[in-house]
Amino acid sequence: MIRMEDVHKAFGSNHVLRGCTLDVEDGETLTVIGGSGTGKSVTLKLMLGLLKPDSGRILVDGNDIAQMDEEHLSQVQKNFSYVFQGGALFDSMTVGENVAFGLQQLGQHTPDEVNVIVKEKLSLVGLQGIEFLKPSELSGGMRKRVAIARSIAMSPKYLFYDEPTTGLNPIMSDVINDLIIDLHKKLGQTGVVITHDMNSAYKISSRIAMLYQGRIVQVDTPEKIKNSTDPIVHQFVTGSAQGPIQMQLRAHG
Amino acid sequence: MNDVQSSPVEQRLLNLLGGTLLSLAEAMGRVVILTRQTLYWLKSAERRTVYEQVVAMGVDSVPVTTLTSLFTGMVLALQTGFSFRKVFNEPIYVGTVVGLSLVKELGPVLTAVVVAGRVGAAIAAELGTMKVTEQIDALYTLGTNPVKYLSVPRFIACVLSIPLLTVMAIFTGILGGMVIAVYRLAIPMTVYMNEIKGIGWKECAHGVIKSFFFAAIIVVISCYKGFTCEGGAEGVGKATTSAVVISMVLVLVFDYFLSAILVSFGIG
Repeated sequence: MIRMEDVHKAFGSNHVLRGCTLDVEDGETLTVIGGSGTGKSVTLKLMLGLLKPDSGRILVDGNDIAQMDEEHLSQVQKNFSYVFQGGALFDSMTVGENVAFGLQQLGQHTPDEVNVIVKEKLSLVGLQGIEFLKPSELSGGMRKRVAIARSIAMSPKYLFYDEPTTGLNPIMSDVINDLIIDLHKKLGQTGVVITHDMNSAYKISSRIAMLYQGRIVQVDTPEKIKNSTDPIVHQFVTGSAQGPIQMQLRAHG
Repeated sequence: MNDVQSSPVEQRLLNLLGGTLLSLAEAMGRVVILTRQTLYWLKSAERRTVYEQVVAMGVDSVPVTTLTSLFTGMVLALQTGFSFRKVFNEPIYVGTVVGLSLVKELGPVLTAVVVAGRVGAAIAAELGTMKVTEQIDALYTLGTNPVKYLSVPRFIACVLSIPLLTVMAIFTGILGGMVIAVYRLAIPMTVYMNEIKGIGWKECAHGVIKSFFFAAIIVVISCYKGFTCEGGAEGVGKATTSAVVISMVLVLVFDYFLSAILVSFGIG
């Protein structure tokens, strides 16, 4: 279980998180929604230990990762895997080498075992036989699926997705949604997803958390978020320009 | 008591000066940290990646380094010969001038400048692209330290390759000088070679020791610029340019101080 308690994080004068409190239960898929610049990615990077909070605690299975030294943190991070928005595949390597990378660095498997795992994970995401292609030869949806395969290869306890459907066509988005649901059923990992694609959020989530101005305004099941009476949540999920959320339309308004 | 209020112009000036100094100090601190981390992980380098980098940095730099040093040796012999002929009526000391210049200065500095342009740019562009496409963050999340995985093999490869390239450049330059001395200035080959043989091991050590430091400067600055790159394609371009410019300037600046230190220790 991951618990964020009253977390604050600022970058210079930009106070991004202002007392963010959020629980991620074991085995669930929690989606964090919110507009651009509200701190979704920062929240995820704080959970992963890639950033340190200015104040507050981040407990992963009861241990505060904000207070850990590098060595202990890297032990905890072995339970994590992250699917980056653009895939972040290593473009100097083939697809197979990308998926095998984490396992090879871990050094607990023989090369033959690694090959078997790579084939298995690629077939789990529906991409058999593309081990020898380079990432530049793949389409956007395929890159995302390879990125997911690379993440699950390490058999992590927690799987983080950064906007998994952004930049994909609606059909490919749904393919990725189905894949996330399917993997969750098969592997039973705890998932944390950040997105502003509401269709995706409704479909894949056990619970949805709405982040606004550095705080969580509501955490609930997709159904309840859909019918929320909270004006902020309602405006966001219905995608209305009228309401309490005012988007900044100019850089220096 | 008089309250001294600074004018807005003064404040802006102080902000500008202070801001620049602070960011410079921060950058220098980060470079030192990166160097320390690279040295710390030095033993954990994978032989295969080091080999690949040695090929990319060293072997592939051989043609350009050879060509540069060959013509430098040739022009050095030509200029020395004609200048000395004007002063002494004889093209004397051509071998000594060409040999000493190449061994102590031109060999290490020219090689470093050429490699900074070729290899420094490649390192900064590659790591910069990896940074802006989140591949560096991906390394972290796959349990790999980016300094250990990217910086260490490049550091080892550069520190191995540049001194070797320097030695090769010195030999090529001397050869180029010899061709001009013998066929253009009509200096007997034995005279030229005797002057070259007069160069001692201390002079050679002087040049080679400097080339190790130049290699470290180029690789650390280029890796630093790559790791701190921000802002898409434009950022990668800027990082690459500044990696090359800063490492070239630092090579020339450190050349003076290293020479002064080595000479004071009686090396060269």
